[in-house]
Amino acid sequence: METDTRSIDREALAQLFLQWQSGGKRIVAPKRINGKTDFARVASLDEVSLDRVQTVQSPKSAVFPRVEELFSFLSRDGKVEIRERDLAALPGTVLFGLRPCDAAAFASLAAIFTWDSPDSLFSARLANTVVVGVSCPRADEYCFCTSVGGGPGAVTGSDILLTETGSGVFLAEIVSEKGRQAVHGADGLFGPAAGMDKEGHLAKVEAAFAKERIGPALASLFDDAAFWEEQSRRCLGCGACAYVCPTCACFDIQDEGGASGKRLRCWDSCGFGLFTLHTSGHNPRPLQSQRWRQRLMHKFAYMPERQRVLGCVGCGRCSRACPVDMNILEHVRAIAEAKP
Amino acid sequence: MEALRSKARELLAGKTVQVVIGYGPGSGGGARAVFIREAAQADILVFDGTCQQNLAVYLMKPEVRKLGKAALVATPPALRTILQLAAENQLTDAALLVLAVSPSGNEVVPLATFAALEAHVAALDHGLGAADKAELETYAALSLERRRQFWEEQFSRCLKCYACRAACPLCYCTRCTVECNQPQWIPVPAHDLGNLEWNVMRAMHLAGRCVDCGDCSRACPVGIPLHLLNRKLIGAVFADFDFRSGMAAKADNAMSTFKPNDPEDFIR
Amino acid sequence: MSPADPFKPMLMKIEQVTEEAPDVKTLRLLFADEREGRDFAFRTGQFGEYSVFGEGECTFCIASPPTRPGYIECTFRKAGRVTSALAGLEPGETIGFRGPYGNVFPIEDWQKKNLLFIAGGIALPPMRSVIWNVLDLRGRYKEITIVYGARTVADLVYKRELAEWAQRPDVKLVTTVDPGGETPDWKGEIGFVPAVLDKIAPASRDTIAVVCGPPVMIKFTFPVLARLGFAPENIFTTLENRMKCGVGKCGRCNVGRHFVCKDGPVFTLAQLQEMPQEY
Repeated sequence: METDTRSIDREALAQLFLQWQSGGKRIVAPKRINGKTDFARVASLDEVSLDRVQTVQSPKSAVFPRVEELFSFLSRDGKVEIRERDLAALPGTVLFGLRPCDAAAFASLAAIFTWDSPDSLFSARLANTVVVGVSCPRADEYCFCTSVGGGPGAVTGSDILLTETGSGVFLAEIVSEKGRQAVHGADGLFGPAAGMDKEGHLAKVEAAFAKERIGPALASLFDDAAFWEEQSRRCLGCGACAYVCPTCACFDIQDEGGASGKRLRCWDSCGFGLFTLHTSGHNPRPLQSQRWRQRLMHKFAYMPERQRVLGCVGCGRCSRACPVDMNILEHVRAIAEAKP
Repeated sequence: MEALRSKARELLAGKTVQVVIGYGPGSGGGARAVFIREAAQADILVFDGTCQQNLAVYLMKPEVRKLGKAALVATPPALRTILQLAAENQLTDAALLVLAVSPSGNEVVPLATFAALEAHVAALDHGLGAADKAELETYAALSLERRRQFWEEQFSRCLKCYACRAACPLCYCTRCTVECNQPQWIPVPAHDLGNLEWNVMRAMHLAGRCVDCGDCSRACPVGIPLHLLNRKLIGAVFADFDFRSGMAAKADNAMSTFKPNDPEDFIR
Repeated sequence: MSPADPFKPMLMKIEQVTEEAPDVKTLRLLFADEREGRDFAFRTGQFGEYSVFGEGECTFCIASPPTRPGYIECTFRKAGRVTSALAGLEPGETIGFRGPYGNVFPIEDWQKKNLLFIAGGIALPPMRSVIWNVLDLRGRYKEITIVYGARTVADLVYKRELAEWAQRPDVKLVTTVDPGGETPDWKGEIGFVPAVLDKIAPASRDTIAVVCGPPVMIKFTFPVLARLGFAPENIFTTLENRMKCGVGKCGRCNVGRHFVCKDGPVFTLAQLQEMPQEY
């Protein structure tokens, strides 16, 4: 479908919010909470905060929640009854105000969740989610979208992409069929887009490395233990980077509630020592340096090889959230520049 | 800062230590932990207001311990952390060189023994600043019901990323309580109950031990003010048992020591 | 294959519980839903995720052969939370099963060849499926040799089947226990599996070797096989890693770019040599 480009002003956008809500959709957007900007349910456009370069957490919770029930079970008289999730009851969501990097991340998530045996919960949530992105007028030193195939105004992954062009008027690119359906019946809220300049309202983000070099560089560095130890020495092995990341999808499965309870899926991180620990006590990745290496290999080598998509969109969240300043851009540059 | 750098150079060149753990320039105009192993690298060391991370956390990491004898650039909370680790038998006397640095960065006081460390720490002011005091008083003035609501809201955003645990130098258990699954004391998923149990349990495990470095709050990606829990408990332990952690290399653990004159006003 | 939702288990009734060795049990499982049981098919080498509802899931190979339909079996040692719960179950109780997952032993390619099976301790279960599979199709294979060892006589699993295999004229079975693990009436070999293998020195020509065992046994067995002239493409083994989803999503079982749950658990030594030594 060819992109349909229009314009919309703030007031009309607020109207569109109301239309989405009366259509039964919940709206999740960046909001100021506790001194930070993060995705939360919003009731109106006024609650949305777009003045930060990036939110703390990614919007992946809309399709891959922190905790979700896979199914519940009832044990009675030696028999077990499994109660599946009612996929039709999953909420319809408009994800509003995410950046182009976050929109691009859905392709990485989908690559993991839909390959081989498709994950019905993820697929149902994704089908129920409309992605309304907002392009980036500003970037900071942590951003590197242009190094991994993205850009501050890229439309990939967005159903609708808005670009603020000054005085409260947005350029609105309706990219997909889902986007078109989301504005169905709201034609009156939009105006023409003739002569609106998108490029001029986008941040300038210089590419910091050539992504084609990373895979081969990683392959040659794999056995260089000293390199990985140097990079990861200050890493404390928490899960902050994985949890704020829009493409990290590793999870754990936990049963709760005893014999009549639930099976839950929850986020997990390859940075934890427990992640690969066998019951016998054997651990294939016993050192933090090996776990750090796994993070980079998975995102920049294994995923491109197996799923044909990078596991990183250059949002920079991991670097901003890391308590000890593990700056992934810095590390990947070092990898690109390392002499084998 | 030059005093710190030349001290580091001297220690490394003379092989008095194998690594200097300090601060170097980091992203966003901040500082980050650095591990200097050669005298020539000492130029990157900095010490200013951006140097807040409690570097004592690295004293318990095998990857750092294997580098050899260390000199640690220590902020006041890190000094107390080292004494608390000593009181918990995690460090050996004279095996670590502590470099206490004045706030200006111009004076470096090397402290080679626990005794020297104790004397230095005793002379410091450990009181809360005005803003922190006001914050704690506002929190303490909340009714129990309001406090419960406050933490329910805060913990609803907890991710169970364990950044708080990872950043805390006193959370050094190689197998944390949450990693036990027979039984699963603390639920793994980050739902409301699991989050409440995790954070409250961690605060309790630190009662009588926490030195109030604040790294847990700084580390939390979603800005949960964990330090309020810890500060409240620090106040309670001091009021009830007249004990302050991190002041002596030999001290009984406050929560596992019974003294006949311990207050019993909770028994009614 | 499990239904559309990859995480929903099929319900299985425990038909029989067999104590194989101290802390080691075999469960024979029937499908609670007859249609699921009829539709179920697997190939030797594959594994499944076995649930105790309320405790969690555990990964075991399917220890019975596909040549014997109608039931599946798993053998496990009581070691952690889920295996402890499984060890406490009685016939008639219900557990869950997801599978079959993973790749297979390419037994069609092994036709007209000699087969050498080498296993240690609790690692005989992954091989039991393929051994019975080929024995059930005996005419297609030439000489079949099984070398199996455990720490002590008590630790040998599948004792009844070992006795059956020992009786068969078309199978050469060599059992061994570690020095000090023998009983006064022990008639088998005494020595570590690699040493016993070295001693019997099976011919490598036209022979496929399958090795399953604890890491230390494998480490010392591969060089013996190399000395005997086995090419890495003709040596098969199974990898085990911590698993949760079994379908290549949860991210934890990878060895380099390979997922043990999808590209394994069966690997040749030639493949292992190309993979990072991170398992």
